[in-house]
Amino acid sequence: MSAQTSTESRADPAKSRSRQLILRIAAMRAWLFLAILLIFFETWSRISYGQTFLFSSYNAQSIAIFAVAPLLLALGSTFVIISGGIDLSIGFIMGLAAVIAAHATNLAGQSLPPFAAMLVGITAGLVVALGPGLVNGVLISKLKVPPFIGTLGMFGVARGVAFLLAGGTTVPVANSWFASLGNGRVFGFPVVVIITILFVLLMHYLLSQTRFGQHTYAIGANEQAAIRSGINVPRHIRKLYLLSALCAGLGGVLYAARFTAGAAQAGEPLLLDSIAAVVIGGASLFGGSGTILGTVAGALVIAVIQYGLVFINVEPFWQFVAVGVVIIISVLVDQTQRKLGGDR
Amino acid sequence: MSVQPQLQTQEPILDVRSVSKRFGGVEALKGVSMALYPGEVVALAGDNGAGKSTLIKTISGVYGADGGEIRFAGEAVRFATPEAARAHGIETIYQDLALADNLTIGANIFLGREPMRRLFGFLPVLDRPAMAKAAKETMARLDFHVNRLDAPVGRFSGGQRQAVAIGRAIYWNARVLIMDEPTAALGVPEQRKVVSLIQNLKAQGRAIIFISHNLQDIFAVADRIVVLRRGTLAGERRIADTNPDEIVKLMVGG
Repeated sequence: MSAQTSTESRADPAKSRSRQLILRIAAMRAWLFLAILLIFFETWSRISYGQTFLFSSYNAQSIAIFAVAPLLLALGSTFVIISGGIDLSIGFIMGLAAVIAAHATNLAGQSLPPFAAMLVGITAGLVVALGPGLVNGVLISKLKVPPFIGTLGMFGVARGVAFLLAGGTTVPVANSWFASLGNGRVFGFPVVVIITILFVLLMHYLLSQTRFGQHTYAIGANEQAAIRSGINVPRHIRKLYLLSALCAGLGGVLYAARFTAGAAQAGEPLLLDSIAAVVIGGASLFGGSGTILGTVAGALVIAVIQYGLVFINVEPFWQFVAVGVVIIISVLVDQTQRKLGGDR
Repeated sequence: MSVQPQLQTQEPILDVRSVSKRFGGVEALKGVSMALYPGEVVALAGDNGAGKSTLIKTISGVYGADGGEIRFAGEAVRFATPEAARAHGIETIYQDLALADNLTIGANIFLGREPMRRLFGFLPVLDRPAMAKAAKETMARLDFHVNRLDAPVGRFSGGQRQAVAIGRAIYWNARVLIMDEPTAALGVPEQRKVVSLIQNLKAQGRAIIFISHNLQDIFAVADRIVVLRRGTLAGERRIADTNPDEIVKLMVGG
């Protein structure tokens, strides 16, 4: 007996084609949300104020700058969430990095020229951020602590240490180079946005084109399969939490540069925004799916909602409601997609 | 009470000689011997707790044997890990398939050893075209013709997924395939496909051990049946010389 077979031949082809179409739209839902929001605000702006919303370079740049910090956190979280984990500590790792970067820049500035002092500050912020990431990875991969609990513990530790180091206040930075890193422009583009775009491209490459990315997807779908394929899963998980902490560290350094001050609570409101960006971007909290480009769209959706509602003079508390609604819709679309796709 | 298979002149690819294994006070295998020849399908039958799983896990490097010896292609071997067994060409296909449902057939075949190519001459990227090509060719060798090489394997049926798991093993040149209940989770048409898949592998000269509770499948595809009972060899029969009643008697010790 020949086992000739193909999935399409078993289903009604027209039904299968519309199913494919629905799946394709569902996969791009974050960009669809973004388009709908932009059309909404553009229309509103033209009717109420007789001016453009999106095509004003001031608005577009403000939204981009707005999106930078949550997006950086979300990039690392995309990897962690695809692997089936979660990192709750990133908000305060970001705060810790901001405080350390501020202190280190000031300290180095006493004996070094401003540019070198800035480099010392950036390096210190990023390196210190790796510490909690390493501990997270060891807790989860070696000691088998559930990611939610392990990183919740690190949330507390990083928060406490960041406030202690900051002395309960913000740490101002006096360094002209550092200030222009955060607020300067190159060819009219904000430096922080350029750095973030380069980082997005790097993360997109890492997730979609390398073994590291491929193994991250495999671990999220079936950890046993990954182990049996000879992937060193514990080592991979440690790298993931290091990457997540590095992203948070970069977020913290850029925050300190933008506000020329390090604040322990810098990333506090961003944790949930960043996870929301990943989920709106199409990742599943069950692991196994998600993309960097989706996360970028998710972060932009949140930034457009937050900026746009202020722009049209809606009370700021409606932001929470709007972001919440988008998250819920997104998860519902994800469920439907799973049912249609037959992915477990 | 050993039964010589049809290819007596050939050397067995796998020769298990009075292997024993104990877990604490429990003797799971008490000196079990069996041989496997290239191009042969041997069914491993027995009641729950008879030692079937322990025996295949001892062969595939999950457990070390406490006594006896295992010879592979004429040489005495001791596999410390499943990876070591796999490197010799002994591949185990588990019931839960060990596939990543979100990855393509090609990505599953190459999982953990993905081929890379250079984009613009310097940037290393995953060689997806090579993976897709290998996937298409491997599946065609199994007489499964799949067009959707970019779809995740989670979208395929149980029998097709079984074929992907087997395809991965044969792509990496497995000479001995151990299949644990390959038809258990499948519907009847899919079971038939897997049975024809096993016949196909046999025709390619690969040796197969498969565990099954389904006597109908065993009689459809196996050359010989090795029956275990409470950790010992209860009997070994050629399919041509036996019938289901006799096998059941061997299994329960009637």
